[in-house]
Amino acid sequence: MIITLEGTTSAKISAELLRARRSAGSPAQGMVLTLIIVCDESEYSSAIKASMEAGREHPSRILLCVTASGRNASLDADVHIGEGTPGEVVVIRMRGAVAAHPASVIRPLLLPDSPVVIWWPGKAPQKQATDELAQLAMRRLTDASSSVRPLAALKARAADYTPGDTDLSWTRLTPWRALLAAALDQYPAKIKSVVIESQRRNPSADLLAAWLHSRLKVDAIRKISDGPGLTAVRMTTASGDIALTRPDGLLASYAVPGQPERLVALKRRDFTELLSEELRRMDEDVVYERTVKSLLDGDEPAPKKSRAKKASGKKVDSTPKAAKQTAGSR
Amino acid sequence: MITVMRPNPLRDPQDRRLPRIAGPCVLVIFGVTGDLSTKKLMPAVYDLANRGLLPPGFALVGFARREWAHQDFAEVVHTAVKEHARTPFREEVWQQLSEGIRFVPGQIGSEEAFSHLSETIADLDEARGTGGNHAFYLSIPPGLFPTVVDQLRSHGLAAELPGRWSRVVIEKPFGHNLESARELNRIVSSVFPASSVFRIDHYLGKETVQNMMALRFANQLFEPVWNNNYVDHVQITMAEDIGIGGRAGYFDGIGIARDVIQNHLLQLLALTAMEEPNSFEASQLRVEKQKVLAAARPPARMDLHTARGAYAGGWAGGERVKGYLEEERIPRDSRTETYAAIRIDIENRRWAGVPFYLRTGKRLARRVTEIALGFKRAPHLPFSETDTEELGYNAIVLRIQPDEGVTLRFGAKVPGTQMEIREVNMDFAYGGSFTESSPEAYERLILDVLLGDPPLFPQHEEVELSWEILDPILDYWASLAEQPEPYEPGSWGPKGADIMLARDGFSWRRP
Repeated sequence: MIITLEGTTSAKISAELLRARRSAGSPAQGMVLTLIIVCDESEYSSAIKASMEAGREHPSRILLCVTASGRNASLDADVHIGEGTPGEVVVIRMRGAVAAHPASVIRPLLLPDSPVVIWWPGKAPQKQATDELAQLAMRRLTDASSSVRPLAALKARAADYTPGDTDLSWTRLTPWRALLAAALDQYPAKIKSVVIESQRRNPSADLLAAWLHSRLKVDAIRKISDGPGLTAVRMTTASGDIALTRPDGLLASYAVPGQPERLVALKRRDFTELLSEELRRMDEDVVYERTVKSLLDGDEPAPKKSRAKKASGKKVDSTPKAAKQTAGSR
Repeated sequence: MITVMRPNPLRDPQDRRLPRIAGPCVLVIFGVTGDLSTKKLMPAVYDLANRGLLPPGFALVGFARREWAHQDFAEVVHTAVKEHARTPFREEVWQQLSEGIRFVPGQIGSEEAFSHLSETIADLDEARGTGGNHAFYLSIPPGLFPTVVDQLRSHGLAAELPGRWSRVVIEKPFGHNLESARELNRIVSSVFPASSVFRIDHYLGKETVQNMMALRFANQLFEPVWNNNYVDHVQITMAEDIGIGGRAGYFDGIGIARDVIQNHLLQLLALTAMEEPNSFEASQLRVEKQKVLAAARPPARMDLHTARGAYAGGWAGGERVKGYLEEERIPRDSRTETYAAIRIDIENRRWAGVPFYLRTGKRLARRVTEIALGFKRAPHLPFSETDTEELGYNAIVLRIQPDEGVTLRFGAKVPGTQMEIREVNMDFAYGGSFTESSPEAYERLILDVLLGDPPLFPQHEEVELSWEILDPILDYWASLAEQPEPYEPGSWGPKGADIMLARDGFSWRRP
C-alpha cells in the first residue's frame, strides 16, 4: 500500500503511519531501528531497493530523504506499508527552504529509543559536525567508491572520523579479510611482503593495504589490474605465496604453499548484503577507525604512488619505491 | 607444514566483523541417503558455504549402500541443495563445494568399503589439503554405531595425531534407558575421547533456545523474578499435530517420553532453571546444566504426578485420522504412549516448591513448543471481587517454535467507566525484529562441530542424568497393566493430564 501525501508535515506523516499500521492489523511492530537514507533522484531507485531488502533482516523504519529540485518550500511524502518489507518506508521529498532544514522534518519521525542509522549512497557531507541529519544518527554509512576521487573521500572521512562512522568500501572487504585471516590460521608463517591488485581508484584496496600494513608490519604494494574491484592479494612467505585471486568478481582461487590450489566463492556483494552487515552492529568499529586514520599518517606511501603511476597508463605495475623496499626486505 | 604456533597477526579480538571460518576438513556422512541428510545436512553444508563459513579446502564424503559414482552423489547433493537450502542457489558456491564431493559405496560391515573410504579420505587430504581433519556424522540407527566406530578405529580413521582432529557426531536417541546410554557411551568413548564426541540435539541449535540465555542473563528485568518468590509453576510443552506417520517401527516400544522428554524437554528445563554460568564457555555451561539436572527429581507419587495417553481415531484439523492402535504395524495391545506429562521438582533454593510440568504429545491441536512461567497472584487486590473476575496469572511465555518470540501476560484496564481488568499480551515476535531467514539449527551445529566448539552439545553426564530422572517414570509405566488412556486427536491430551494438574491447583495453558 502506498499513500501519497502532498504539501504535508511531519505530524501528518506520523499519523498516516499509525493509521496504516492499524488498518494492516498489526499495530505493534518489532522495528529495531530507523534508517535515514539521503540521496538524490538518480540514486533513489537502487537505494530504496537495497534498504527494503536489508529491512527484511533488520525490520526498520526507513526514511528516504530525496532532495528534489524546485525553489518553493514544499514537503511531499509517500508512505509504503506492507510492500514486502516487515517495516515501514517513507519517501520524503523536500524542496526549497524546507530542504535547508531537513532535521526539522526527520526528528519527529524517528522511532522512540531505538538506534538511528544514516546512509549516504552518493555524496556525503564534508563535515558531519555541521550536518543536521548526521547529528541525528549514531551510525553513519558513507560510500567512498561513489566518489570521483575515492581516496580523497576516504581521507576526508578519516579526518572527520566520529565513532559510529563506517565506509562501505570497508564493509566490502570483510570476506577478503576473513579468508586472509583464515589462511594465516592454517599457515602461520611470517609474511615478508604483500601485493594487492585492483582496479584503479578502488578505495577498498586502499583500506586493505592500510589494514595489512598495520597488522603485518610490511609494506603493501599496490598494482593496477582490469578489475572488477579487487582482483588479487598475495602474501609472500619464505616458502611461497599465500594467494587469493579473483579475476571474475565471482569465484576466487586460493593457494597456500605446499597445498593444492582450491576454489572459493567470493562474489562481489550488492548493497543489500553490505547494508545488512552494517546494520548488525550499532557500536563503533575501532579496527576501521585505526585503518582509515592510518591513511592520513603519510607512512603509507603505496596507495598514493601507485595512483601517480597509473596516470602513465601502465597496468599491473608496482611503484619503483615499493618494489625497492620489497627487494630490501627479502 | 609449519609447526611453530604464533599468534595470527590478522586476528584482533576487537575485529568483530571477521567470522570464524572452519579449518580445512572432510565431513563424512554415514547414512547419506536418509531423509535427515537430504533435507537438513546437505542444505546446511551449502548454506554454510554460501555464507562464506566453510574453508576453501572442504570435502564432503557420502557413505551408503548404493552403487553410485562420485558424479551421481554430486547430483543428489545438487538436488537436495536446490530443493531445501535456505539461501539462494549460486553457481560459484556450488563450484567450490562440488570439487570436494566424493562417494563411497558399501556396507557398514564391509572391510573393503572401509579401506576404500580410508583411501578416499587420504586422497582428499592430498588433493584438497584437508590436512587429516575428519568429522564422521553417524546418521544411522544406533544399533550400527558399534560396527562403524570399530571400523573407523581399525582403519586408523579415529586416531588423534598432533595438529589433526577426528570427531564423531551422533544423533538422538542416546540410548533408551540409563543402562543402554552408558553402553553406547562406552562404545563410542572407547575409540573417541569425550571432547571429540558431539551429540546433536537440534533443539539446542535453535536461535530461540540460545535466546533463552540472552533473555535471562543479558537483562536486568527478568532474573529478579526468576525464582520461587514469584513463580508458582512452570509448564514446558512440545506438541505435534501429526501422528507417528511412517515411524511405526522405530516408535512402538520406545514411546514419546524417551523420544522427546529425555533430550529436548529436559534440556529446555535445564536452560530454564539453571543458575547463571560464570561464562559461556562450554565447561561452565555444562557445569550449571549438570547441577540443575542433578537437583531435579521425578515425582514421589508416580500415580498422582504422571500421565500418559495414546491418540484415538477421529477427526483432527478437518481430516479423518487413525488412532494409534489402528496405525499400520502397531499391535492392537501396544502399551506405547504418544502423550506424556510429568511433574519434576527441582530441589534447590531457587526452585524449591515450584513444580515443573513437562508435556509432549502427538496428534495434539497444533504444533508448538513453548516454556511458560506462571506467576503467583498479586498478594492483595484493591478491587472489588467482581472487577477482577477474569484476572488470571501473569505469565512469561518463551515461544520456541513456530512463531518464535516472547509473550508477557498481564492485566490491563478495560476502557470505560468501571474498573474492569482484562488479561492482555505484550508480544515480541522474533521474526518481526530480526531476520526472516535466521540460520537453521543444523547450520550452527555443523559449523560448531567443524570448529570444535562444544557449548551446544550435551555430554554423556547430562544424558545420563536425564535418564536417571526418566527411568523411574518409565519403569512405573511399564509396571502398569492397562494401556495408556486414549485421547481425542486434535485435542490437548488425555483427561488424566488435566486431573494431574488440577490436583495441584493448576491447569494447563492452551498454547
